[in-house]
Amino acid sequence: MTTTHSYFVIVGTRDDPLYEAEFGPMSRGDAGKRDEHRHLNQFIVHAALDLVDELQCGTNNMYLKEVDKFNDWHVSAYVAASGRTNWEGIVDESSRGTVGVRFMLLHDSRNQDGIRGFFQDCHELYIKALLNPFTELNSPITTTTFDTKVRAIGRKYL
Amino acid sequence: MASGTGTRARTAGDDIWKTRVEKINAELFTMTYGSLVAQLVKDYEDYSEVNKQLEKMGYNIGVRLIEDFLAKTNVGKCADFKETAETISKVGFKMFLGFSPAVANWSADGKEFSLLLEENPLAEFVELPEDAAAELSYSNILCGVLRGALEMVLMQVECSFVSDVLRGDDTTELRVKLVKFLEEEVPMGDD
Repeated sequence: MTTTHSYFVIVGTRDDPLYEAEFGPMSRGDAGKRDEHRHLNQFIVHAALDLVDELQCGTNNMYLKEVDKFNDWHVSAYVAASGRTNWEGIVDESSRGTVGVRFMLLHDSRNQDGIRGFFQDCHELYIKALLNPFTELNSPITTTTFDTKVRAIGRKYL
Repeated sequence: MASGTGTRARTAGDDIWKTRVEKINAELFTMTYGSLVAQLVKDYEDYSEVNKQLEKMGYNIGVRLIEDFLAKTNVGKCADFKETAETISKVGFKMFLGFSPAVANWSADGKEFSLLLEENPLAEFVELPEDAAAELSYSNILCGVLRGALEMVLMQVECSFVSDVLRGDDTTELRVKLVKFLEEEVPMGDD
């Protein structure tokens, strides 16, 4: 079955997920399997984070295309602008200045242009959510409007 | 007659906005106000208290703002409360916030009116958290500003928000009620 299932995560500066969403046709009887998948998805994305960190130093682009592959799942990444700065000489754990907010997408079929558009729209949406004074930088994004809009963007591009 | 005052006020307001007012970046303004409210919420943890503080802060701003307003606009005394309303909307709001809310919903005795805010620069991009939506009056500072400014020109008013798009309503409506006209008070210590 080549239905495009995708799993989208916004990862904060401390490698914790701020927002997760799944796209793709959902079948009712799949609830149990989806839970398993979610653990696996989180694991895959987490493993790919190191690759993202390495890659982002080498390029000025925000969209990092495909960074990893796991069985038949591809991982694409997009780095939000806050990861640009290079903090030379800061050694302590709490201030990992080179790490910004990353958008990760786990998908089972290639769709580079669509994914790039998806990431860019989500980035704009994320910036607007940040402008809300009641959200804090690393806290999970729970507003329903954000969720609805991400799903709409997902339907548009994926 | 009423429309005459209205148009005069509008042109005066537009003119002042274009020429005699310094401008700042809107996003900076919105973010400053937003972090102010967010911090108050964190500090007080009680939304009605936050509303009270915002109103108090607004009052302090209003009593000073009126001086700036009178200096820049040079308007004379308003003939009646209706003229006051038009001036607030078309000159006051226009000068300080860049837009002019509609004046509507006059009460039968002419002592209450509403300002309908189509846009609210204080609240761009803001989404209230669930528990705040019921109680927090996000733009309550405006209520205080109006109360303070009008008190300096000898009108005692009560202001409150009857509806707010941030709380899920269709419009943002600010109700202004004239309580009474104040007498000029002789300063203490004069013989």
